[in-house]
Amino acid sequence: MDVAVFVAVFVLALGSSLAMLFARNAVHVALFLVAGQVALAVAFLLQGAFFVAAVQVIVYAGAIMVLFLFVIMLLGVDQREALIEPLPGQRPLAIGLGALLVLEILYASMRGLDLASASPEGSAALARLNADPGNVEALARLLFSDFLLPFEVTSVLLVAAIVGVMALARRMGGPLTASERSDRAEEVAA
Amino acid sequence: MEFEAPAVQLGAIGPEIALVTTALLLLIVDAFIPEGEERWYLAVLATIGFGVAIILAANQWGERELQLARMVAVDNFATFVKTSVAVFAVLTVWLSRDYLKRSEDEESEFYALLLFAAAGMMLMASAADLIMVFLALEIFSISLYVLVGFRRRSLASQESAMKYFLLGAFSSAFFLMGIALVYGATGTTNFYPGGGGEGIAGYLVSSAASDVDLLVLGVGLLIVGLGFKIAAVPFHMWTPDAYQGAPSPITGFMAAGTKFAAVATMLRLFVVVLYPLRADWRPILIAVAIATMLLGSVLAVIQEDVKRLLAYSSIAHAGFVLTGLIAANDRGLSGSLFYLATYGLTVLGAFAVVTVLAGRKERNVTLASYRGLFYERPLLAGALTLFMLSLAGVPLTSGFVGKFLVFGAAIQAGYWWLAVIGMLASVIATFFYLRVLVVMYMQEDDRGLQPAITGRLANSVVGLTAAATLVLGIVWGPLIDLAERATVFFA
Repeated sequence: MDVAVFVAVFVLALGSSLAMLFARNAVHVALFLVAGQVALAVAFLLQGAFFVAAVQVIVYAGAIMVLFLFVIMLLGVDQREALIEPLPGQRPLAIGLGALLVLEILYASMRGLDLASASPEGSAALARLNADPGNVEALARLLFSDFLLPFEVTSVLLVAAIVGVMALARRMGGPLTASERSDRAEEVAA
Repeated sequence: MEFEAPAVQLGAIGPEIALVTTALLLLIVDAFIPEGEERWYLAVLATIGFGVAIILAANQWGERELQLARMVAVDNFATFVKTSVAVFAVLTVWLSRDYLKRSEDEESEFYALLLFAAAGMMLMASAADLIMVFLALEIFSISLYVLVGFRRRSLASQESAMKYFLLGAFSSAFFLMGIALVYGATGTTNFYPGGGGEGIAGYLVSSAASDVDLLVLGVGLLIVGLGFKIAAVPFHMWTPDAYQGAPSPITGFMAAGTKFAAVATMLRLFVVVLYPLRADWRPILIAVAIATMLLGSVLAVIQEDVKRLLAYSSIAHAGFVLTGLIAANDRGLSGSLFYLATYGLTVLGAFAVVTVLAGRKERNVTLASYRGLFYERPLLAGALTLFMLSLAGVPLTSGFVGKFLVFGAAIQAGYWWLAVIGMLASVIATFFYLRVLVVMYMQEDDRGLQPAITGRLANSVVGLTAAATLVLGIVWGPLIDLAERATVFFA
């Protein structure tokens, strides 16, 4: 069963990543990226990392991708994307760094990362935590006890950000009045 | 495993709750007022909010406890910073009221963001956990990014907001990386030992000196993040542009409030929590302080724009305050607090004068436009004179006492050469402060510069800050006494 799911997830993740690279339409690219993220979330579930899986769906596949789509929609989907590179030497550099990353991943997966057993008491503590309340519950407990205040203060941060966005977005696009135009001209001249 | 709900002592964050509630109230009330009405009630509500916050903060004086699951420290130090920040913010509200009067920019969002920013600064002063420090820092930073760009029709304002935002986000990333490394090294983000954990302070006591490499690396990144906020060289690049483009009242608040909140965190973090590690952070901060003092002072000399001049001056002052921090003794702590409280009032006053002259269109901000100001507006010129002398550190002003205290602390700690460099930088700085005076008194101009803002509130802000600058320069005892009592940390 696990193997079947793994193969399905693998095919979906790799397939959508490849499709993302070759898709012509920006909206399609974003949608393929969503599919890839969801597939990775299932891979996390297979590993027993339930919290990471949920975060993957909520944050990446949900929030960030919706943001991507919004930006694409707002800017207008242009089929004829300009192929002039703004940064010279970008392509060879990207290929070089990409190859390096592939080598690194290959090396790490050959050798096998053994993070947990590097510190025995850490790995024992992790096993204990995963066994008793489970890592989602343990996180929830922390979030509502020790980290209650940071959790609540984050909402203040978000409200401040929303108010800021509202303040900036309102009237930003409207036409300039006559006096504003002269102010602007003066500013540019200075 | 039964879930134990933590004790929620809301009193610990009472002042912050007051400010955030007022901000939300402002936004709601404003929605019910028809457009085109006078919006005086915004400033009144904001003032009431800050008044309540000051009372709640002052009530915490004398307490010494870690509250809300050990996330905030309620101590005299936090109270001192909170009260000062609230006072700065009230003055900014009054100044902004006259600055924005009857303009389309006078909106509830402006005051709400100011309240959020002040709440973030207060929270930062009492934060006893790196996560709290980061959240507080982000709250006031995000509010300030928007406030800097609040002159929405001005290209300069938008440009400065964009620069401030991008560089600020970059520095936040450094700060976060620093937190991650500190957590990796110590296994905690909490400052103080107790409550089942040993905290960073406890870790330093119990671990061998060789175990702290990763921690030192993390602390270095924390210095980058905080150094950006206090505008220390080499993280100062944004300062002149942001200060120049921002609405002038906000510039004053940034110079006074941001610096105080960030240095307060540095004092708590470095002088108290990381004190055993001082052999590692001291050399870094000494290099930063020397570069900041000298570069800020030297570059200010060639500025022709008053707001940019004050920006470089604020960079130099960040360096002066750091000498008190580097001393890391009791005198350095109380001296830094005194310095920041008085510097805040002085710099707010200086920017109030700039605001009054520049108005909402931010005209007349070049040094040349101040020619002969004394003959047109003797009182305004007199107040600006006082602020410039105080920033230069001339006796009988609060700036002198502040410099005396931090340099004295550095000498006491054996860093007499740092104090000498500081004095040298002060002498260089005196040149450009005096240049402003020369322009005002000794050059004549037939244009007849008139204030763009004639409101009573703006004038009272200038008057109050001028009075504070003078009085605290003559009767410094009570405030120093308070600052000394404020250095009783929870530790």
